[in-house]
Amino acid sequence: MSAAGWVMIIAVVLIVAVIVVYLLATIVALRKITAGLDDAIGGVGEIIQKSEPVAAVVADINANLDAGVDLLEGLLVKKAGLSEAVGLVDGLYPGAAAAGLRNFPDSTKIKPPRISEVYTRGTLTLARLGREAPIAAASPNGPALRNPAYGSSAARTLYPDGRALHAKALPRSPVIGTESPVQYDPDEEVGGPRRRMPATSPERS
Amino acid sequence: MTLQWIGDVILLVVLLPVVIYLLRGVLGAATSIVPSVDRIARAARAGSADLDAVPLLLTTQDQVVKTIQAAANYGGSLDVILDDAEGA
Repeated sequence: MSAAGWVMIIAVVLIVAVIVVYLLATIVALRKITAGLDDAIGGVGEIIQKSEPVAAVVADINANLDAGVDLLEGLLVKKAGLSEAVGLVDGLYPGAAAAGLRNFPDSTKIKPPRISEVYTRGTLTLARLGREAPIAAASPNGPALRNPAYGSSAARTLYPDGRALHAKALPRSPVIGTESPVQYDPDEEVGGPRRRMPATSPERS
Repeated sequence: MTLQWIGDVILLVVLLPVVIYLLRGVLGAATSIVPSVDRIARAARAGSADLDAVPLLLTTQDQVVKTIQAAANYGGSLDVILDDAEGA
């Protein structure tokens, strides 16, 4: 055989060897990929299996919460009226009036009354107590703010500076009778119309 | 004879580098997939572990039912105690 023939054989063997080496490395890499994909498929299968009942449970929770919202919204509107209800909700959750009440589409058109000016602070305090009602006793954030057994003492904790049980000195009862320091003229007071106070507005006089 | 030498040169100078270039590309692509697949497998395992808390949803479901029942009872009592708003 000529030298050129030997060189050709060596070249072909070299090419085949290179092909074998690279293909073996590729096969090893593909086997790793297959093993990794098997692992991933196993994990995805677990995810599918574990998340299968989630949709039904969440749908049930949402249905119950929807029923609760319908109940409480309906009760609030029935007892307080739509405008006052929107105002109360906006007082507790500022800005919530823009979203309105879910079952009352007209509530979005209502300008919420400023409940904090209409009602006393105590009313809003009671409303906030409702937010921390005893049903929240199992809350992971801690016990309910309102203690059902000792409601008044728990409510007192809402005041950071403490709240006195009663006034230190109550005003004395007025003294009545013939020797009272303030005497009223019977001719003026008995049988006649009550004296009008100077501050009475002209429309009411 | 000359043609045979030309063929040898083509084999060694052209064909062999082309084969090496192509096979290196295939091997590089295959090895670059391996880390991605490993990351996907780790993410799938982590996602599966995160879903271990899903059974707690049953507790949540039960608590929601009880809470709504308590609210309904409370609302029923309020409905009896409080007067309706005017026009309601």
